[in-house]
Amino acid sequence: MIPIIVNGTPRSVDATPDTPLLWVLRDNLGLTGTKFGCGMAQCGACTVHLNGAPVRACMTPVSAAAGQKITTIEGAQGKAVKALQDAWVKLDVPQCGYCQSGQIMSAAALLAGNPQPTDADIDTALDGNLCRCATYQRIRAAVHQAARTMRG
Amino acid sequence: MDKIINPSRRAFLKTGTTLGVGLTLAFYLPVGGAARMKAGQGTDKPFAPNAFIRIAPDDTVTVIVKHLEMGQGVNTGLPTLVAEELDVPWEKIRVETAPADAKLYNNLLWGPMQGTGGSTAMANSFEQLRRAGATARAMLIAAAADNWKVDTNTLVTLDGMVLHRPSGRKASYGQLAEKAATMPQPAEVALKSPQDFKYIGKQFKRTDSKAKSNGSAQFASDVRLPGQLTALLARPSVFGARLRRVQTERAKAVPGVRAVVEVPQGVAVIATDFWSAKKGRDALQIEWDESGGARVSTTEQRDQYLALLNQPGKVARSEGDAAQALAQAAKKLEATFEFPYLAHAPMEPLSCVVQLKDSGCEIWAGSQSQTSDQATAAQILGIKPEQVKIHTLLAGGSFGRRANPASDYIAEAVSVAKATRDLSAPIHLMWTREDDIRGGYYRPMFVHAISAGLDAQGNPVAWNQRLVGQSIAAGTAFEGGLVKDGIDMTSVEGASNLAYAIPNLHVELHSPKLGVPVLWWRSVGHTHTAFSTEIFIDELAAAAGKDPYAFRRTLIQHPRLNGVLELAATKAGWGTPLAPKSGVRRGRGIAVHESFNSFVAEVAEVSVKPDGSFSVDRVICAVDCGIAVNPDQVRAQMEGGIGFGLSAALHSAITLKAGRVEQSNFHDYPLLRISEMPRVEVHIVPSQAAPTGVGEPGVPPLAPAVANALFAATGKRLRKLPFETSELRSA
Ligand code: FES
Ligand code: FES
Repeated sequence: MIPIIVNGTPRSVDATPDTPLLWVLRDNLGLTGTKFGCGMAQCGACTVHLNGAPVRACMTPVSAAAGQKITTIEGAQGKAVKALQDAWVKLDVPQCGYCQSGQIMSAAALLAGNPQPTDADIDTALDGNLCRCATYQRIRAAVHQAARTMRG
Repeated sequence: MDKIINPSRRAFLKTGTTLGVGLTLAFYLPVGGAARMKAGQGTDKPFAPNAFIRIAPDDTVTVIVKHLEMGQGVNTGLPTLVAEELDVPWEKIRVETAPADAKLYNNLLWGPMQGTGGSTAMANSFEQLRRAGATARAMLIAAAADNWKVDTNTLVTLDGMVLHRPSGRKASYGQLAEKAATMPQPAEVALKSPQDFKYIGKQFKRTDSKAKSNGSAQFASDVRLPGQLTALLARPSVFGARLRRVQTERAKAVPGVRAVVEVPQGVAVIATDFWSAKKGRDALQIEWDESGGARVSTTEQRDQYLALLNQPGKVARSEGDAAQALAQAAKKLEATFEFPYLAHAPMEPLSCVVQLKDSGCEIWAGSQSQTSDQATAAQILGIKPEQVKIHTLLAGGSFGRRANPASDYIAEAVSVAKATRDLSAPIHLMWTREDDIRGGYYRPMFVHAISAGLDAQGNPVAWNQRLVGQSIAAGTAFEGGLVKDGIDMTSVEGASNLAYAIPNLHVELHSPKLGVPVLWWRSVGHTHTAFSTEIFIDELAAAAGKDPYAFRRTLIQHPRLNGVLELAATKAGWGTPLAPKSGVRRGRGIAVHESFNSFVAEVAEVSVKPDGSFSVDRVICAVDCGIAVNPDQVRAQMEGGIGFGLSAALHSAITLKAGRVEQSNFHDYPLLRISEMPRVEVHIVPSQAAPTGVGEPGVPPLAPAVANALFAATGKRLRKLPFETSELRSA
């Protein structure tokens, strides 16, 4: 059994140590908001926060997260996430929506360290998050919008 | 007209509907819209599942959507049609996906088959759903009239209420629903005229943005049924290879693995979870018999295709005498264009859940073609199609991949469920990204050759095009409808109906047969025909010494095509110089194309660095899709189509070597990233014409517009996709 803290709740999961965190979240804990897109850190669909920093859950063995704090889209809270989700809805960013949990988790990490990102900052922070529907233009606009909301 | 029979509670429960009793309406409008199916025939099943609209006592209006929401916005656009005619506030609208039913929920443009594709959802539904809404409204009014003993003419509706202004009486739709269900269905209803639209053409938010922003949206990969097991399938090393032998001991020894079974499609490992199934599959030792397989190598295939360009093919279109006109032309040009195989690579890899029951089987999938998936499952299980219940979930992208006439992944999952019946567990078949990239059903590889002639004044007098590429429809249920005299219209669409007025036009096709499975890929034949024709027109303009925009303008006769061309050019400032940027060569290119009855022109602006690498800075898009039911979603689809087209133009190619697909994941099959996304401006042509599709038509003009812009910037013509930027190096 491996102990992890998921969205503030201590959990103990029955998984081999090499199991990627992604599958522990999705299959052991039923937290399906975090998505599988590639399994090799190429697409960002599986982005979660590990102690507040964005990581690709598909390449993070659960053993590396033992005892640590994991935040998924289901448990993501705080001003930045709220502002991002509101902006996502306001600008109707999603198309198929499959990539968007990961986009928001990456964007939240960006805003945590950079309250006024430029287009270039956004492109750099989100370049690891693929969107096959190419909602990129609206993602940029929504991140700006969320940043504005947060600055008040 | 037939009476609507009051739906009984029992009937609703039987169909799994949990909302209260209310008004259920059903229509069946075959193409032409004349006949109307009797709603609620018989007495034992009065309504189920015949329904597009359900009104509950709490005033919510549930719109039953028969098309798949895969990102293109049907769960928003189609309810808008109902809201408009029923006169109901947007926040009362709920969306539910329809069960599979070829009669009731068929695609009116396809025949007796339910499915989403060819950018048809809005074109199909524009009248059907408005009529459904208007009829429901009429019956609610009739119910109120009956209650209040007043004439229907004295009643009006407003935002989900029926009002009797003279007396001040009013009742909500929810209050009237049960009574309304007993009212006779009107034989005819008047639909609103466009100037009275309150919803159509206005901005309405997507119904699914919130769920898609907080992780709660449910895709097929998210289904979690009690006792469910996960299956991964080991597929043949090359397309068409067969299993020779497999050693399963090591796989079975992996903790969590519950079974290893052989199925017609390969060897499946079934485990408690994805990771165990994956480790189990990795541990299989399999020998494949490749003797009957497609040991294709792309390089040889290319040589063969290029050789076929020199041989006569089947004639897709012939006007005048192109050969003679070409021989006599003052100036002759010719060029060859090349297109690779492409994988759809939807962000959500294919997946579905199959549960066998005594009564038949249930499937959870993001299906683009429910009724053919239903038939496939039924055939494998030896049961009737109606014993297969399909739950359509959101699809994490599809772009044609989940509209496979072969229902490949559904068939795999059903086969695995059948082979593991003794486990009594729902089977969740998951594809990895590697399975997806290597799984076939690609946009076919194509080569084209075009030769054309100009007269002394620079007018094109002859156009000769030959295309080589596999047929998508051949051998499928669509062959009868799509293949005529050996010509698969999806191979030549956009070329055989060239939009330019050229007196001598000749188009030929070769459809070689190969064992690499192919499929429609967002905008299908237009993915290649728009590229070759729109670049070659640009080449002719250059050879004639004419401006590429003005050249097109004089040769296009279709007013709507010219309309978007002109709008895009005007908005882009065509003819004005681009602002120079230091260290780069800049250029602007234009392309225009009709597909799926919609018209799109795009102007691309590029900046090319000395090493040949380039950025697409801005794309100005003009679209005429008839009435834009939801203009913001039309814009979204154009933005997405442009990104999708650019992804292919910059990066994508599937190649094979000795039958093995050389790519496997996003590191070697890259997709467009945010840093590569141009600024996109979309302009919609105001129109009163019936709406046409927007899911696909944004894609075709993008790659040729970029290629033409690169020519403007560098003087180099790139005629092969994906672009080879080394050719753009400055000296
Ligand atoms: S699934 Fe983890 S980056 Fe793609
Ligand atoms: S919205 Fe479909 S992949 Fe991003």
